[in-house]
Amino acid sequence: MILGYAGKFLDIDLSTQSIKETGFSDEVLKDYVGGRGLAAKILWDRLGSRWETVDPLGPENILLLLTGPLTGYFPGGRTCVSGKSPQSNGVVGSTLSGEFGVELRCAGYDGVIVTGKAEKPVYLFIKDSDVELRDASGVWGKDGKQTVAVLTKECRELLQTRYPRYGEWKEPAMVYVGPAGENRVRTAVVGSKWAHAAGYGGYGAVMGAKRLKAVVAKGTGPLPEVADIEKVKRLIKKVCENVYEGEMWRRWGTGAAGYEVGAKTSSEPIRNWQEEWHDEKSFGVDKFENRVWMKQYWGDFGCPTTCLKLSVIKDGKFKGAITDNPDYEMQAYLGPNLGIFTPEENVFLVSLIDDLGLCGIQTGNVMGFAAELFQEDILTREDLDGVELKWGDAEAFAALAKKIAFRKGIGDVLAEGTYRAALKIGKMKNMDLLPYAVQSKGISIGAHGIRSGKDYPEIISYACSVQGGDHTSTASLPLDGGGSELMEIFNDSGVYCNFNSFAVSRNVRFDFYEAVTGLELTREDWCFTKALKVLQLQRAMLLLGGPDLKWDPKVHDDNPPRFYKPLPSGPYKGKAADKDAVEEYKKRYYEAVGWDKNGIPTSEILRELGLRDVDKALEKVR
Amino acid sequence: MTRKKEPIWIARELSRCSGCRKCEIACSLFHENRIWPDASMIRVFMLVPGLEFPHFCAQCEDYPCVKSCPVDALSISKRTGAVLVDKKTCIACGKCIDACPGRIPHMHPREKHVVICDLCHGNPQCVKVCQEGSWNVLRTVPRKDSAYKLYARKPEEITRDLAAKIYGKIGEEYL
Repeated sequence: MILGYAGKFLDIDLSTQSIKETGFSDEVLKDYVGGRGLAAKILWDRLGSRWETVDPLGPENILLLLTGPLTGYFPGGRTCVSGKSPQSNGVVGSTLSGEFGVELRCAGYDGVIVTGKAEKPVYLFIKDSDVELRDASGVWGKDGKQTVAVLTKECRELLQTRYPRYGEWKEPAMVYVGPAGENRVRTAVVGSKWAHAAGYGGYGAVMGAKRLKAVVAKGTGPLPEVADIEKVKRLIKKVCENVYEGEMWRRWGTGAAGYEVGAKTSSEPIRNWQEEWHDEKSFGVDKFENRVWMKQYWGDFGCPTTCLKLSVIKDGKFKGAITDNPDYEMQAYLGPNLGIFTPEENVFLVSLIDDLGLCGIQTGNVMGFAAELFQEDILTREDLDGVELKWGDAEAFAALAKKIAFRKGIGDVLAEGTYRAALKIGKMKNMDLLPYAVQSKGISIGAHGIRSGKDYPEIISYACSVQGGDHTSTASLPLDGGGSELMEIFNDSGVYCNFNSFAVSRNVRFDFYEAVTGLELTREDWCFTKALKVLQLQRAMLLLGGPDLKWDPKVHDDNPPRFYKPLPSGPYKGKAADKDAVEEYKKRYYEAVGWDKNGIPTSEILRELGLRDVDKALEKVR
Repeated sequence: MTRKKEPIWIARELSRCSGCRKCEIACSLFHENRIWPDASMIRVFMLVPGLEFPHFCAQCEDYPCVKSCPVDALSISKRTGAVLVDKKTCIACGKCIDACPGRIPHMHPREKHVVICDLCHGNPQCVKVCQEGSWNVLRTVPRKDSAYKLYARKPEEITRDLAAKIYGKIGEEYL
């Protein structure tokens, strides 16, 4: 067995209520590591042969909650959620922070594999090797904060009763869905700790469709044994010391960006990306810091940055709203993107989105899309069930978010996510509404635009990513460079927070891997063999797609139309993505990753990587 | 922090806790040479998100836990003032937990003895990491003739107070 792993996975079939343990060979773990890499492997092996027919919201889909060997060791523990995505119909490695991954590993498991569909709502309770499915009817329908409160109490009481002499039990960790997940909303998240979410991919809908309300874990063992604990200690210290030098990053987290990304790099979504520049000082981080942050530093297991902040609105119209930071993505998508420029309104909307179990990025995107259609008189007040969806009206957007979470009226259409909603409403209105949809392959684009050229994403970042609009997994060259999708695959497969890796050399993560597992791994080996294999698997499943949608690289390996329209304002006014430059970069990228001129992985590269069955399956789309 | 010769105490400012659990990591690495949160002598409770705090021995001036032990497995370190557990003598009966006003001690998850903060022989590792990251929730100070017992409180009680401080009235519905 390779060191650094607990060595076991839970394999749960909700249809038959069977709970089994399973494992993977050393070879598989060496090649795919964990998290996102392993997710691609499991999904391909179990569903690959019939991928196009698998309904992401059907019982045949697999929900994966996976850790990696670095979870709990590399400062800032996370958990990777995956499965067939109801947004892209491919595979997304969607990670969220929190204590769950660490508890799971301390309980003796590296991950949980969930298939089938429960007859009645259930939650999974893991206490070391005691694992049980429990009735969740008492929390079904409850929002995120209430779910955490009820299940924390219930599970602690169970532990106190079962182990009366232990002393006081700390709360177990959990991941859960809110009402949006229960209602199979494609922009629903798997959440934790009120404000954390695995958003990209839409796995809240997968979990809800399985009638799995939560997975709760309490592990009393140590983290899995490592190869060189002294080296691990030194590396933890190194990462932390580097982080401690970055005062502003720690103090503000990404919270500074709600103002800065608009004002400085001019790449923030404003009113559904009609603009990307604003200079609204009312949205400056100083206003958040002094008006709503009740805690300056808030973080998860082992994190030196603690970039989250605890935001609380104690009085006024939005009294009772509680969330983190909000971090930049939430600030942007539930702020300027909706024409909102005050911390209080932003915190109110983010808190509501958390409670409903929605993704702030995907939902903020689809609400911005709807608001622009309202601005253009394409969607009327009647279409919106009486909601006057005016830019800047936080309460109107709150009303719409609730409709989406409960699939009421227009909410039922918008709950399909921006791309599918654009097709549906387009059909209704007999218009092409895709020019208003700022997304890539069913996944809304993160709040970092490409038009100014001053932010980190490049002109093919979203167009060629195997995770569509995901701003945490973007395509670029060189393949072994810091911004490469292949390097992101390592973060998501080792499963830790990449925010703590910014300050240290890129190779530290591989040193960490070696100290934990005892296996040598070079950047070259990772990028050009292992990660490239994961990328091909993800690309193959994305292109096979189905059952409701398929992607044609010739059409869909592209930026949303909006990014070709010149920026109308700000210091980079007039700038836009250049179609020829995109095509030229795409061509170079395809060549580098081994895709043919149509964007399909070549037989040559697939055989070289030992993926003959993938090669065969792709004949259908060649 | 230099190694103190006189008894010490760990001053604590709970509402500043970020919930990073670095104290648990440092404690278990020092005592077990593993990252082992459940074996840590200091534990960060987060019964309600946002209301995290470290829960660990307050070294009450009258040491009720020591008095409650039926087998004399607990003693007071003359040098640091810490409660020391004699692992071989301890029978894991849990009487010290019941005697503690804050129900702070807990059982070791794998071995048959109770876990209580030993102040790391005078150089607490939890304080070190908390200060390195400038969270400064924990600080080592000389032990005085103070009412330390006030700090030995149950997790639910502390959570309730933190909720009032951080969330105000709205916090009550999440308790």
